[in-house]
This record gives sequence, structure tokens and C-alpha cells, in this order.
Amino acid sequence: MGTQRKGAIVGYAEWPTVRRYNGPRRFMLEQWMDLAAEALADAGLALKDVDGLVCGTLREANMFVPATVVEYLGQPVKFAEFVDLGGATGTGMLWRAAAAIELGLCDVVLCALPGLPIPSNPDPRDRPPPEARWLGSTSNAWGSPQAEFEVPFGNVAQNAGYAMIAAHYEARFGSCERARAQITAQQRASAALNPLASFYEKPVSLDEVLASPMIAEPLRLLEIVMPCAGGAAVVLASPEKAKRSPHRPVQITGYGESLTIKTPTFAEDLAVTPVAAAAATAFARAGTTPAAMDLLALYDCYTITVLLTLEDAGFCPKGAGAAFLAERNLAFDGDFPVNTHGGQLGVGQPGLAGGLLQPIEAARQLMGRAGPRQVRDVNRALVTGTGGVMSEQVALILEGA
Amino acid sequence: MTETFLAPLAPKMTPTSAPFWAALGEGRVVLQQCDGCEAWVFYPRPRCPHCLSAALSWKPVSGRATLTTWTHCPRPTAPPFTGLAPQTLAVVTLEEEVRMSTFLLETAGRTLSLGMALAPRFVPTEDGTATLLAFAPA
Repeated sequence: MGTQRKGAIVGYAEWPTVRRYNGPRRFMLEQWMDLAAEALADAGLALKDVDGLVCGTLREANMFVPATVVEYLGQPVKFAEFVDLGGATGTGMLWRAAAAIELGLCDVVLCALPGLPIPSNPDPRDRPPPEARWLGSTSNAWGSPQAEFEVPFGNVAQNAGYAMIAAHYEARFGSCERARAQITAQQRASAALNPLASFYEKPVSLDEVLASPMIAEPLRLLEIVMPCAGGAAVVLASPEKAKRSPHRPVQITGYGESLTIKTPTFAEDLAVTPVAAAAATAFARAGTTPAAMDLLALYDCYTITVLLTLEDAGFCPKGAGAAFLAERNLAFDGDFPVNTHGGQLGVGQPGLAGGLLQPIEAARQLMGRAGPRQVRDVNRALVTGTGGVMSEQVALILEGA
Repeated sequence: MTETFLAPLAPKMTPTSAPFWAALGEGRVVLQQCDGCEAWVFYPRPRCPHCLSAALSWKPVSGRATLTTWTHCPRPTAPPFTGLAPQTLAVVTLEEEVRMSTFLLETAGRTLSLGMALAPRFVPTEDGTATLLAFAPA
């Protein structure tokens, strides 16, 4: 069950995440090419070294996404994957890439998730329907259980679902309002030092989070990610190819994935998330424990996601998250560094690319490239990804070689 | 929201779930039950999600439920709800131990709590094509 530690992150690209993007609009395929060039240059590798590719959804293709990207890049591959895990897509891509390298299927795998606006098509027939703007992760296609049993009640997109998870948790274990506000405030302290973050140089106090408008009780505006533009890519390589990277290789020594539901209405226990199973698998595969982690990079679409992830990944018992957080500081210079880039609550959420920002920050820290927010002596990190409304989660253990 | 409230969005009904919607239109609640393992099934399916038996029967149920979670949304969760009374979305657990999404009615002056007893309310959609199953404190 353990890994042979062969698949490692050797380079990455991360574009600034911005609320209002005023730069040139590019098709996702064009962005793929730009991200590939930047990430490969960072890894000290060339396009001809790439023999594996992992993609997410592409606006320009409903099917055959990997072949479309392969042709566009001009580089044949021996391994191709299409990952559809929402916010867990990024982390899901990385373990698939590492596993493919470990199996000897390929040596260099490129994973990219573009997130800049695409050009607006003058042809109205090619525009997405207006309801696409408010449906979020909810499918309103005929035959979808959500179209029939969720949409009519207004239980669409993510806010209400996460709010109902938080409300159920609080009804059982007591208020976690201050702990949730603390997560935003302490992550924003790290984001304030991250020039790639939309909230760069914009810290926020715990009281300001608590004073922000209520969106869906108990969740307030500053506990919810802000949709942004951006993009990210990661290059993974075998030990032989990793020698060409100027960076300390960051091995994926453990990984786990768990999918349980699409809508939390049907979660077996609304207070227990799929990361419980995913993290247990990842820790076991890596032969390590929560206590051995030097850094956490936890998917944070909402504050409640971080709190539940800490509990379910084994850092504290169920229901004890608020008390656990009250004694810790999550900022980059705190005693328990979590999301030292600011998380998505501090950086913003550049679409699916938001799910690559956590592993990239962990890799950056493990490589010693985090500049003014570098945490000392970082050798092991837990990274998580969350898709949908706690529908699916991925856990990765990253270790510096 | 009051009992005269009409739901702005209609469900996209399917042949599999037609008996469920037809019953709601008559003010009744029916659920599928597996003839094999006796599990109650919601949402409707052609097979039981516990044992994959295709032998499912529609059975009348009380529609009584308990409150599993809820969120009061001062801002509409979707544009079709704009201008209507603030939404209180909920997940409820029916007596048969199946969960469903819904919204709550008649909550003014009531303190909502986990496990609170709820009774069914039948809410027509604006377009007149369907009746939704909502709930109110019992």
C-alpha cells in the first residue's frame, strides 16, 4: 500500500489571482500553452520531456479533452487523464500523475488548470445560458436528481449547502462562529504577504469578519471564497528527470480520495466529510501521522471546510475544532501554519485552479521558495482538495526529498 | 413564506418519479420501498440503492419528518427567489429515515432546533405543473 516515492513535484506556475482581470482574454487552450511553458521552465524541463498529461474541464471541448490539449501543445504522450472533481480536481490530478510515474507509465507529467476569462463570443448562440451563473455546481439537466429535488427549493450552488453543513454541526457541537472568523483573519494575515493574492497587503481583523454581511446562516461574506481569475500548473517527474530541476523535489508519498455524495442532503452524517477516509488512506500510504506534519494546505472554499477538515483528518476529535483553533495561530509565522499563501479565502478562487494553489504553496514551502512567509524546517505537509458541497475530497502527503 | 406562497421553480420531473409528484398533487406523500430489503428509497430510482433489487413498490407515508439542518438566507439563493420572502432552506428526515431537501414555512416566531417535529405542506409551483413538498413546524 505504501508508495515508492518516485513521483515528485519539480516545478510549477501560478498566475496572480485577481478579482477584476483587465489583461488579454485567452481561450483555455491558449492558457494551457502559456502555463505549460512557465511550469516546464520552472522545472528545468522541455516540452519534449513531457510524456504524460492530466487535464480538467475545458471550455473549448466537451469531450476528448486530453487529445485536444495534446494536439494543441504539439506533444504526444503515453498517459492522459481527465479529472472531474470540482475543487478536488487539482489534488486529484497530482496523485494520478504521481501514481502513473510510480507505475512506470511515464516520466514527466504536466497538470494545468487555466482560470482566466475567455474571449466573449459575439455569437449569442455560443453563450452559456443565464442560469449557468447561479447554478454553480448544481446540475439542472433533465434526469439529474438535483434538477428535480434540489433546484425547485432554491438549494443551488454551494452557499446554502455549506451553510446547512455548518448549521447542523453547530446544532450538535455548539457555535464555531469565532473559530471560523479566526480562520479567515489568520489566513488573510498570510495573504497580506503574498503578492499573487487578491488580498495582498489587505489583512482583515476577526471583528471585521464577524461584521461582514450574513449570506446564508451561519456563514458570512468573508467566510466564503471570492470568484477570481488566475491559473496554475504543476510538473511532476520521475527521480531521473527530477535531477534536472533546480528545486528540491517534493515527493507525493501518500494520497487518498473519497467520494460520497453529490448533495449533502444525502450525506450519511452531515458533520463528517469525505476527507476522513481520504486522509486516513493518505497517512497510511505515507506511513506517517497528523502529528508529523510541519504544514497544512487545506482546501478552504468556506471557513467551515477548514474546521471540518482538521477534525476529520485527525488533528482533533469531532466537535473539538473550535477549541483546537482557539489555542493556535494558523498564520505563516504562527505555531500551526495552515494555508500560508492565504488559502483561497485570502488569495481568491481562480475557478478550478483554486484547487492547485494549496499543493503549489505546500511545494513552494517544501522547496524553500516562500520568501517572506517561509516557514522554517518544513519537510512534510498535508494537502487537501474538496469538490462540490463536501461531495468528494482528496488528501495528499507531500515530503521534501 | 406563507401557505399561499407559490414556488417559483418547477421540478424537471421524470417518468421514474411520476408517482411521487402525482401523489403530492393530491395532497399525499408516497415513497418507494424495496420489496427485497425493505429499505425506503428517496429520491425515486429504478432499483434499490442498498441491494440493487428492481422490485420497488410505492407506499403511502405520513409525510411527518424531523429537522436535520436549515439555513435562513437573507439573500436569495437564486434569482427566481428575488422579491419573495427570505428563504429558510432545510434538510429533513422523514419517519422512514429518508432525507430530502425542502424549504420551511410558518417559521415566524418559532425557534428551529435539531430534531424538531415537522408536518408536510403542499406548495404548488407558479407555473401550475407540480406541487412541492415543503414542511412546517408540527
